[in-house]
Amino acid sequence: MTVLSINNLNVTLEENRILSDVSFEVPSGKLVGLIGPNGAGKSILIKSILGLIDGASGDISLDGKDINSWSIKERAQKISYAAQGAPVHWPLTVGHLVSLGRIPHLSPWQSTSTLDQTLTLDAMKKTDVDHLVSRSTTTLSGGERARAMLARAIVTGCEFLLADEPIEALDPYHQMKIMDILKELAETGHGVLLVLHDVNFAQKYCDELILLNEGQIISKGLPEDVLSDENLLKAYQVKATRLEKNGEVFIIPTSRINQD
Amino acid sequence: MLGILLGALCFLSLFIGSVSFSAAEVFSALLGNADQATTIIIVELRLPRVFMGLLAGATLGLSGASLQGMLRNPLADPGIIGVSSMAGLGAVIAIYMGLTDLFPAAIQIMAILGAMIATFILVLIAARDSSVLTLILAGIGISSLATAAISLTMNFAPNPMTLQDMVMWMLGSLENRTIADILISLPFILIGWALHLGISHGLDACSLGDDTARTLGIDTKKMQLKIILGGAISVGAVVAVCGAIGFVGLVVPHIVRRLIGYAPGKLLIPSALMGAILLISADLFTRIPFGAGQLRLGVVTAIIGAPMFLYIVYKTRRAMR
Repeated sequence: MTVLSINNLNVTLEENRILSDVSFEVPSGKLVGLIGPNGAGKSILIKSILGLIDGASGDISLDGKDINSWSIKERAQKISYAAQGAPVHWPLTVGHLVSLGRIPHLSPWQSTSTLDQTLTLDAMKKTDVDHLVSRSTTTLSGGERARAMLARAIVTGCEFLLADEPIEALDPYHQMKIMDILKELAETGHGVLLVLHDVNFAQKYCDELILLNEGQIISKGLPEDVLSDENLLKAYQVKATRLEKNGEVFIIPTSRINQD
Repeated sequence: MLGILLGALCFLSLFIGSVSFSAAEVFSALLGNADQATTIIIVELRLPRVFMGLLAGATLGLSGASLQGMLRNPLADPGIIGVSSMAGLGAVIAIYMGLTDLFPAAIQIMAILGAMIATFILVLIAARDSSVLTLILAGIGISSLATAAISLTMNFAPNPMTLQDMVMWMLGSLENRTIADILISLPFILIGWALHLGISHGLDACSLGDDTARTLGIDTKKMQLKIILGGAISVGAVVAVCGAIGFVGLVVPHIVRRLIGYAPGKLLIPSALMGAILLISADLFTRIPFGAGQLRLGVVTAIIGAPMFLYIVYKTRRAMR
């Protein structure tokens, strides 16, 4: 088992403390959900792990090795990233978009090999976009686009995947479809860290949760422990009730405190 | 395909002009067996002209394609973003001060310096916010500043001959360029091209934004520096020899996209070839006699390019908001 561990991560941007002493681990084979209210620092945390934030300090290691000791390319071969609402600036075909995920494995002069193309097609099949291979990304629906972007992140073949709100703005069917794919990735030995807003999805799918509030972790561990009434109140300022149906518990926010 | 077309155009360029030659005459001149007049026209006038057209067209096409890819912006072009005009300013200052008497590559160096200053100003202004609007406005600002400074320099031109030199040079042309002119620029152009080597995957990755590109293993800052320096050095050297030839870098990638698709990394070499094809064709066009005067190359490319620029603005206007 490989472990991506984050120790005492601090981020200060333009003199504002965004993250304070954040420490947690993402083991391979686990789906770890990062939850918290808007502005808690979730996206910055993901980007800091990827080395995209200049004002970040702390230790981030993969299997005990400091990831800063790796080149950008080596890091790209270990950790892949599906950005939040990532733009595609040119009307590339879906096939080409997904194949960009193979770039970390190519030398500057190399074009994609038959193996790369096979892996690209496999990833597209996994996320159910293989029939869109020649379509322009500009003509995709939100669900198709999210699945194409996920295929792009999967085809990299990295041991770890960090996904920032991969089910944002999707209908329930596609939300579940994407979560099923991520769950399957974890079950096949990948470590997945994803930012989520829906606490019910977080509870249903994730092996572990990390609750971030105002740049600090206020709870981490099993979903049922993290999503306690007390934590929901503290982080989201909402009171919630729970409904049980067929053995599944659903969290329903009922009122907010500090009503203004 | 593009290569064959380019070769044919280059060859055709050796035939067309105020004096016509047969294929046999052209070949014998190239091999050094023709009479003196034919040899001078073919080898010393037309050959350098074709060669410079090839270098200039390829440079402008390549730079347009890489800038558009890097800035993720279909309107980027060394001319529109002010790089060419600043290179022009550098060159005009060199002509004004008579620097070439002191140092033969003065025009080239001053033009490259101008191009670099323009690119660095652009990066300072547009690096954080690479929206179309910011880029174009920054380009207008830089161009206006350069044009104003060029006018000022012309205003104080020491004599009418220098003034005429500046004006004719600014209209852009491949005419009367000697092998020596080309040889001075060639190293700069080749260095500029070399800096564009190995950026193809990086440009493709940048289609997904800089953050995602970095997580795909691309050192985006290094790549941007290579494109900026490569563009400034090669475009500066081209402007120094040929004057202001606008719109080639803008139009060429759009034509190439229609042929091979949108992946920005795949556009580079075809855009260089297409740039050369376009410029040599435009140069052939200038050889058609119109009334008393002669068409200048920069005028031809502007007359074709400016409406295309407007067309591209029209087509991409939604993205501009």
